Amino acid sequence: MKTRMTRRGGVAALAVVTLISIGACSPPTKSTGSTGTAGVKASSATSATDLGGMAALVDAAKKEGTLNVIALPPDWANYGEIIKGFQAKYGLKVNSAQPDASSADEITAAKNLKGQSKAPDVFDLGGAVASANTTMFAPYKVATFNDIPALLKDAKGLGVSDYGGYMSIGYDAGKVPAPKTVTDLLKPAYKGKVALNGDPTKAGAGFSGVVMTALSQGGTPNDISKGVDFFKALKTAGNFLPIDPTGATIESGQTPVVFDWDYLNVAQGKKLKGTMNWKTFIPAGAVVGGYYVQAINKDAPHPAAARLWQEYLYSDEGQNLWLKGGARPVREKAMVAAGTIDKAAHAALPKAVGTPVFLTKAQTDKANAYLTANWAKAIG
Amino acid sequence: MGALLGVMPFFTYTTIFLGIPTLIVIVGAFVDGNGHPTLGNLSALTQPQIVAAFVHSTVLSAVTAVLGAVFGALLAYAVSTAHEGGLLRRLITSLCGVLAQFGGVTLAFAFIATFSIQGFLTLWVKKFGIDLASTTWLYDWDKGLMLVYTYFQIPLMLIVFLPAVEGLRPQWREAAESLGGSTWHYWRHVAGPILAPSFIGAMLLLFTNAFSAYATAMALISQGSPLISQQIGNTLSSEVILGQENIGKAMALGMVAIVAVVMTLYVVLERRTTKWLGS
Repeated sequence: MKTRMTRRGGVAALAVVTLISIGACSPPTKSTGSTGTAGVKASSATSATDLGGMAALVDAAKKEGTLNVIALPPDWANYGEIIKGFQAKYGLKVNSAQPDASSADEITAAKNLKGQSKAPDVFDLGGAVASANTTMFAPYKVATFNDIPALLKDAKGLGVSDYGGYMSIGYDAGKVPAPKTVTDLLKPAYKGKVALNGDPTKAGAGFSGVVMTALSQGGTPNDISKGVDFFKALKTAGNFLPIDPTGATIESGQTPVVFDWDYLNVAQGKKLKGTMNWKTFIPAGAVVGGYYVQAINKDAPHPAAARLWQEYLYSDEGQNLWLKGGARPVREKAMVAAGTIDKAAHAALPKAVGTPVFLTKAQTDKANAYLTANWAKAIG
Repeated sequence: MGALLGVMPFFTYTTIFLGIPTLIVIVGAFVDGNGHPTLGNLSALTQPQIVAAFVHSTVLSAVTAVLGAVFGALLAYAVSTAHEGGLLRRLITSLCGVLAQFGGVTLAFAFIATFSIQGFLTLWVKKFGIDLASTTWLYDWDKGLMLVYTYFQIPLMLIVFLPAVEGLRPQWREAAESLGGSTWHYWRHVAGPILAPSFIGAMLLLFTNAFSAYATAMALISQGSPLISQQIGNTLSSEVILGQENIGKAMALGMVAIVAVVMTLYVVLERRTTKWLGS
């Protein structure tokens, strides 16, 4: 769990950025083929309608028989159950390769295995890696495309946010007092106890932790300097712990307070239930969101199965399965309005007060430049 | 021809594991992401955080090399005076053999297990009312990391320096004494000149040993990347800031340059020392 906590948790922050930056790509020209009833090849279909509707897509996917996925740990955002559900519903075999691989590994695998039947059909990527590799994606719009907030998708369907969460503070309630604000962490009770998941110049989770802190200290997405100043004060107070928090460090009590994505902190709490009272808290008015990006490999060996997988993930069923794993599905709002959301799982999410903030590409670049120049100095 | 054939495996080996990687680093330092020539990577080296990382790495390596060399040499001399083949001597040399290789993640873990908030020592002294749990010195490059590095530098010094100390013949000392020389005279004119080149050489080895270390630092310090080896790792593994691989290669080139400077200093110093001590 923990390698993935840094590995995958780290990459989520910039998901939104991806979508904005990939918007400029043009859709591929449609070629006529024999696969779909509507006269469009599955590999160039940009929606189920192109193939003659859902039934035709299911038929085409069944003919292919297999779906190759990569870097989907079974205990990550409930992927184990999602894969099982997909196999049971459509009778396709899912080959899950390298579950612990990183986002960058996914792209490397697609390049190395290009043209082979083992190449990944679909990707689940962190934002920065996705935005750097948009030329590898096939555009596709799922049936529920309109439910997805415009900020969280590419207009042509070249990479769409799938699930994510908010930056949060997890803490061992048995060891430290419950923080009510981020500023509380400067108190002597937290001496040598506060850790950030990853260096912000390196890992997305750490980056978003600094952004959240900036917002909590009166900063803006355009100016995160107050976040860096806060960590500097935290370091001066002797409260900042420069350890990379993992499931193991949390369990052993080495990192009693951890800045990380809420779904990872919540998962940690569930795992440690009975041994440690690990709680998750999202500071009011400082809600920073980060989503993963779903995309189809344009050289997918099973193009119809890849598209059917997308339809499944963005269906009520798929979205609720992510929710069950503690992640916030991208159609959350629409599903709440329609009453199709899993209410119990939704109620179990940590409460977030305030409007979630997503950084634009320009804001992220600015923040990165500031962190590169100032982070090491602030906490060195 | 036959002689050349004999060294072929050595040259093949150094070409593959030293020559080619060095070439990749040098070429990479002068091209951008698209393979066009540029000096941008080198000018990026003047960024304050990279300069600071170079300074930290150099200071850390120099301090631990000197500490390791001095204490390691004293220990080596003490060991050499022990009975050859005796239990104490065999115990210490084999112990140092293990400790010198006891670096990286395992060593960092040993320190974490001892001194960290849940460490053995921290929990033990807590019983006596001493609170070590709220200090973070272990994770500072100029405190904890320096201690950890010195921990593997001293035994390494003992191993590489012991043969030189063992080369000192008791007869030389007796000869010096029979000619009326004091202990100072013996060290200044006999043992010193003999040991100086190996001492400085060993210290250089310790310097490069610390300068290139990465795993130990990474296991202890995960914030701020204070060392240059960590900064290079950053450029290759960052998920946030992409496309800086070639700046990393420029930093590696900088490391090569620093080691080259140290090597040159070594040669000059060794020549000077030999002259000074020999005169």
